[in-house]
Amino acid sequence: MKKIAIEVNGKKVSKEIQDHTTLSGLLRDILNLTGTHIGCDTSQCGACVVHVDGKSIKSCTALAADLDGSKVTTIEGLASNGKLHPMQEAFKKMHGLQCGFCTPGMVMSAVDLLKNKKNPSDQEIRDWLEGNICRCTGYHNIVAAVKEAASKM
Amino acid sequence: MASLVGSRVERKEDKRFLTGKGRYTSDINIANQTYAIFIRSPHARAKIKKIDTSKALKSSGVVEILTGEHIAQDKIGGLIAGWAIRSEDGSEMKCPANPPLAKDSVNFVGDPVAVVFAETLDEARAAADLVKVDYKVLKAVSNLGEAMNSEAIHDGIDKNLCYDWLLGDRQKVKEAFEKADRIIKLDITNNRLIPNAMEPRACVIDYNTASEEITCYTTSQNPHLSRLIMSAFGGVAPENKLRVVAPDVGGGFGSKINLYNEEIVCSWASKKIERPIKWVAERTESFLTDTHGRDHITHAELAVTNDGKFLGFKNETIANLGAYARVFGTVTPTYLFGPCATGVYIMPAAYSNVKAVYTNTAPVDAYRGAGRPEATYTIERIVDKAAMELGMDPIEIRMKNFPTEFPFKQTLVHQIDSGDYVAGLNKAKEMADYDGFAARKKESESKGKLRGIGVTSYFEACGIAPSPVVMMLGCGVGLWESAEVRFNPTGQVTVYTGSHSHGQSHQTTFAQIAADELGVPIENIDVVHGDTDKGTFGMGTYGSRSLTVGGIAIVNACKKIVNKGKRIAAKMLEASPDEVDFKNGEFVVAKSNKKKTIGEVAFASYLPGVRDEVKSPLPEGDEPGLIESSFFDPANFSFPAGSHICEVEIDPETGHVKLDKYTAVDDFGTIVNPLIVEGQVHGGLAQGIGQALYENAQYDDSGQLITASYMDYTMPRADDLPDFNLGFTCTKATTNPLGVKGCGEAGTIAATPTVMNAVINALGGKEISLPATAEKVWKACKEMKKSNAKAA
Repeated sequence: MKKIAIEVNGKKVSKEIQDHTTLSGLLRDILNLTGTHIGCDTSQCGACVVHVDGKSIKSCTALAADLDGSKVTTIEGLASNGKLHPMQEAFKKMHGLQCGFCTPGMVMSAVDLLKNKKNPSDQEIRDWLEGNICRCTGYHNIVAAVKEAASKM
Repeated sequence: MASLVGSRVERKEDKRFLTGKGRYTSDINIANQTYAIFIRSPHARAKIKKIDTSKALKSSGVVEILTGEHIAQDKIGGLIAGWAIRSEDGSEMKCPANPPLAKDSVNFVGDPVAVVFAETLDEARAAADLVKVDYKVLKAVSNLGEAMNSEAIHDGIDKNLCYDWLLGDRQKVKEAFEKADRIIKLDITNNRLIPNAMEPRACVIDYNTASEEITCYTTSQNPHLSRLIMSAFGGVAPENKLRVVAPDVGGGFGSKINLYNEEIVCSWASKKIERPIKWVAERTESFLTDTHGRDHITHAELAVTNDGKFLGFKNETIANLGAYARVFGTVTPTYLFGPCATGVYIMPAAYSNVKAVYTNTAPVDAYRGAGRPEATYTIERIVDKAAMELGMDPIEIRMKNFPTEFPFKQTLVHQIDSGDYVAGLNKAKEMADYDGFAARKKESESKGKLRGIGVTSYFEACGIAPSPVVMMLGCGVGLWESAEVRFNPTGQVTVYTGSHSHGQSHQTTFAQIAADELGVPIENIDVVHGDTDKGTFGMGTYGSRSLTVGGIAIVNACKKIVNKGKRIAAKMLEASPDEVDFKNGEFVVAKSNKKKTIGEVAFASYLPGVRDEVKSPLPEGDEPGLIESSFFDPANFSFPAGSHICEVEIDPETGHVKLDKYTAVDDFGTIVNPLIVEGQVHGGLAQGIGQALYENAQYDDSGQLITASYMDYTMPRADDLPDFNLGFTCTKATTNPLGVKGCGEAGTIAATPTVMNAVINALGGKEISLPATAEKVWKACKEMKKSNAKAA
């Protein structure tokens, strides 16, 4: 067991956790932030992507015990004061989601892309999102949504 | 008020999904819940000699361990096939028992034999490792082609044959073939796929010891049907003591139609241990135990004249059912497949013969398109082969055999009410710049690349389905759909539907329909589904049926509301109901300015009396309230159709197939929400393209699934796919008041042959099997080079 103090979506959290607890496990099972999803066991699907200290990571591959002192943002923390983030707005406008299961990871990953590159090309968007699997949309409208968000940010 | 049908309305469901507030089954936790881990067979075929749980039972945190013995003691029933298919000789199909926990024998890797319930997931896992199962391993039947000549897997099922089914007329086909100038022959394998909804299956069960009611939250496409099967066949509880809730469900694609072992076992066990239970599949469990799709071996023959007219078609198929026959397992390779085998063409004679066999692999059932992709793949591949052998253009040969008059009586079963196949193919040809292909091919060749173009024209029979027809064909239930529309006294509307959205956007599409019918702002309409305690019975969502069946039930319920509203408004306005018109949410007395809004009428309907200002007498014979329901049973299937064209560029040095351009032109009749329909087409295309280029479920000789993770099973990713170029034509369905046809499966049905035709075109007609992976294409390119060198 280890005690960690982290900040999740702007709130300070202090928890005693098991050594093998993953960040996704901490978020979902201990903090009840179930917007972060688990879609595979092999770090392939990307449904669990969150931001740690501003960078997107797959939260199923991070041990919570290693993250003492970090700042974590999940899909629940992306909108501010009830106003959707431009990426969330764009996914809605362009119908970039269907069943919604991959969406939290997809959105968090796309937000990080635009931090790194303001106006990515279609190919750059597709390459960046290669680690996020979506079974519903065929990615067409996801790419359109990221471009739409880029034009608004 | 402008009509919402036809508008690109943004989705009502999006906000919760985009803010992490979706509520999927695995997000649900119930106080005092236990965690379930299933112990599954590591062998494809074995006898269970002994299960020793003694050590595991003493493990920390274990609440209970149950096996097939307990299931048998409690007389809990198993999983069923929903359709009874007869063989050509009239005999009934043969189905083995499929108990929720195997007691005597296991028949595929992943077949569950026992279950552990513990206080924590870690404890359940640790205890599961201590359960000792002693197996006598038998030789697995894992190869479809050899299954009929292998040892029988199930007692009493000779040759592993479930049925040997025929649709069509062998004699007529024989005569047609005798008249042919040429017989085109094709042998193909339609490879096995794994649906892979991104949300793994899960269930959370809550047993209420006071009311003795079991609530089963589950990842289902049809909660009402799951409840029915769990009650009537599983014997878990009477239907009135069983509530099945499918909350937000993360994709289904057919794999969540079935009721599964885990739902039955956990529901039964929750009552037994008097504790809530949570089970969530790991991804590998999903790979192993979700129903799979496709998996056919087909020999097809097409009889043609030298000028490219089709005379007859034969389709001889062996279909893999996997280890057990499940809900749509037996109908997918028969009535969902056979009738569509002749494609969009006038085909004077045809038959489809299907032998469905058992193997020691995961059960095969409906996967997006279900039977129709397999049929379309066969006919569209053989039509291309015919064009090549006859030296005709692939578009020309298709045009030559299209029907031009509708209704069109298709060869094997269907009476197609509407369509315009010529217009669809012409539009696709123009949008794809078909005529510019030769120049682009030259350009590719100048860079050392191969370029190919592929065409597919398809129709499908969906919107399943007319109950009298499906029941005559062997279905155990009728496939109508129900709806209930409720006005609150204060004017908001709740629409209950028996269909279920797991990505299809019912909350938006159905609200658009109701808004138009009732003249109520869409913001004031909520669509509710997925809870057997909230709505009336429903048949769920599959076979592109939600809008064409469920949507029409909503239309009909709304019409009943308006009719009752007219009677109430007439009384309120002192007119006769015949004089009252309803438009834009208002009841207006003809040739007057007397009117009442539907909100006022709803309010009045709940206050049938007179007090001060409130004067709202109900017409005689009418009961208070404004609630109506409807069960809609369609008169026919719906028949979407279209033509798709794609271009691929192949690098012969690596075998990499680049999907360069993809054009899809579809006819879905009236489109309620273009934004959503386009999304359905995009997603469908991705799955069809996945089969053509990437996806393949593979078992080894011992029956081990060697593609049981995302490291081994290739899912199409963002960088594998292009932007899609979509177009639409419209001939309205004549069999429903909205003129709508199903759109959910079309992309998947058309994309696989379109891409493969393009790949084979690029390879100069060289046959290649699904999927056209870089390795296979590279080998084909090498052989081409060799034979070209020889020829030179």
